[in-house]
Amino acid sequence: MKTAEAFENKKAFISFITCGDPNLETTAELLVTMEKNGVDLIELGIPFSDPVAEGLVIQAANIRALASGTTTDKIFDMVRSVRPKLSIPLVFMTYANVVFSYGTERFVKTAAEIGVNGLILPDVPFEEKEEFSCVCDKYGLDLISLIAPTSEDRISMIAKEAKGFVYCVSSLGVTGQRNNITTDIESMAAKVHENTTIPAAVGFGISTPEQAADIAKKCDGIIIGSAIVKIIAEHGSGSAPYVAEFTKSISNAVKSI
Amino acid sequence: MDKKGKFGIHGGQYIPETLMNAVIELEKAYDYYKNDPEFNRELSELFNEYAGRPSRLYFAKKMTEDLGGAKIYLKREDLNHTGAHKINNVLGQTLLAKKMGKTRVIAETGAGQHGVATATAAALFGMECEIFMGEEDTKRQALNVYKMRLLGAKVHAVSSGTATLKDAVSETMREWTARIDDTHYVLGSVMGPHPFPTIVRDFQSVISKEIKEQCLEKEGRLPDAVLACVGGGSNAIGAFYHFIGDEGVRLIGCEAAGRGIDTFETAATISTGKLGIFHGMKSYFCQDEYGQIAPVYSISAGLDYPGVGPEHAYLHDIGRAEYVAITDEEAVNAFEYLSKIEGIIPAIESSHAVAHAMKIAPEMSKEQIIVINISGRGDKDCAAIARYRGENIAE
Repeated sequence: MKTAEAFENKKAFISFITCGDPNLETTAELLVTMEKNGVDLIELGIPFSDPVAEGLVIQAANIRALASGTTTDKIFDMVRSVRPKLSIPLVFMTYANVVFSYGTERFVKTAAEIGVNGLILPDVPFEEKEEFSCVCDKYGLDLISLIAPTSEDRISMIAKEAKGFVYCVSSLGVTGQRNNITTDIESMAAKVHENTTIPAAVGFGISTPEQAADIAKKCDGIIIGSAIVKIIAEHGSGSAPYVAEFTKSISNAVKSI
Repeated sequence: MDKKGKFGIHGGQYIPETLMNAVIELEKAYDYYKNDPEFNRELSELFNEYAGRPSRLYFAKKMTEDLGGAKIYLKREDLNHTGAHKINNVLGQTLLAKKMGKTRVIAETGAGQHGVATATAAALFGMECEIFMGEEDTKRQALNVYKMRLLGAKVHAVSSGTATLKDAVSETMREWTARIDDTHYVLGSVMGPHPFPTIVRDFQSVISKEIKEQCLEKEGRLPDAVLACVGGGSNAIGAFYHFIGDEGVRLIGCEAAGRGIDTFETAATISTGKLGIFHGMKSYFCQDEYGQIAPVYSISAGLDYPGVGPEHAYLHDIGRAEYVAITDEEAVNAFEYLSKIEGIIPAIESSHAVAHAMKIAPEMSKEQIIVINISGRGDKDCAAIARYRGENIAE
């Protein structure tokens, strides 16, 4: 399976949750729930002690997950057991040190074995991607590239070597909900499309069905993290029905355009 | 060092894409201005007229006699304006930021010395200034918080993570990704993504340039050893840099062992850490088996950092510099020792280097020369040291 399958004949709805928040049993349940409610691809966050690209909501999820004893190995075990129940692509989202300290090859090989299709490392820009991308290529994982509102002249260079989909960061700053997204998403996506055939998905700051539909019109897919993590922060291990309701509303909005 | 800012396998630019054009712009500006005569003239004038450079190389006669071995010289960075070596880097970076058209500076601070220096330069240059400081450190260094506010800076107490220096760095990076156009991040140590480790090292290298000249003038020869404390490592790299090619000069970095390198309450990265990627760089970090950054500890807020600058990691790898670990107790003893014997109260950070000199000087011959970089003054530490000794005094 390839991450790009999430975009076939539709606008993709990509969701993010932090593994182990509040525990791995809940994470496994939520993966199944999200797929049932129209999510096309899931980003599985592996918690890191110091997530520099995250806003307060996901920072707090990282702390809760680590406090519950979550480790990379336990996450691998959880994904291994839940993967047969899922048919959509899965990608890991974490920080360079989590992968590097595990041993990049050992990490990527295991991820591929348990059915993970891609990897997002927000602290690994184009200039440093080689040491990770050569291993990802070897095991068939897509190392997802990010572009930001500040990327400008870097977009073509990044897009040309991108795999899976291009993660377009909608706004300056860290992850988290925003009332309005001022970046010109259409021209950002257009610049990506000028340089590659792979899809462009937009994340950071999207939290409502209206925003999701509006942004999805301008690109190939949308990514929602903090809004879901916030629901989990509130409802803990009883989050599934609330996450189901929310993801359904986003999916309907994205699919209706 | 190659183009991408690597020191051996260390260094690099492990940062979010949002910041990449900002560091590229910084690198270009620095590459231009470092060779610009006008920039260099302005910077030397600031160093000399404002910061009070060159700082003295003082012969510590009583300490030398007391220890009975090598001649000990103290490089008096504590006499700089704002009381530490931090001002060297800050004046350089703020002048550079001004030339780049930036109107706002942000910075992290641990002990508060870098925050005070940044607030000082911002006041001087008429720039807006915001400082991020771990909440724990705002309590340990309340006086410095007041000073920064007095100088016109806004101080943010960072409560995430361990609420110390590493969290302040993370939060300043987050702030920079949110506001780049008008803002320069004045990184305080030889760490972070390229080009910071090089820029900060170059501005701090004035320390070793002066030591070399002063030592040649006073002794007609180079020192046998240069000692400096290492957190991120800016005063140490500054004190080492011009001696790296002089193989007869031992370069010794003194890390904070906290309660001991065999305990979890330590900040001695090279002694206890392993290779990792964090805060924009590949280097050594205190971390667990899954790469989670360890909550480090030292009595010294300025050395309380889980990583070390990439050039130090490289100097360690190739064996050019030695790194030793000094405990809280040893550092406090040295703090009290230098105060009593020379009438110089060193910063608790610098006291780590003094402590190591007290160990090695007696074993060296009387012809040999040790230079200790007294990176800062210890006024800020008096209340904390008194508390360490069980005496509760108000600041």
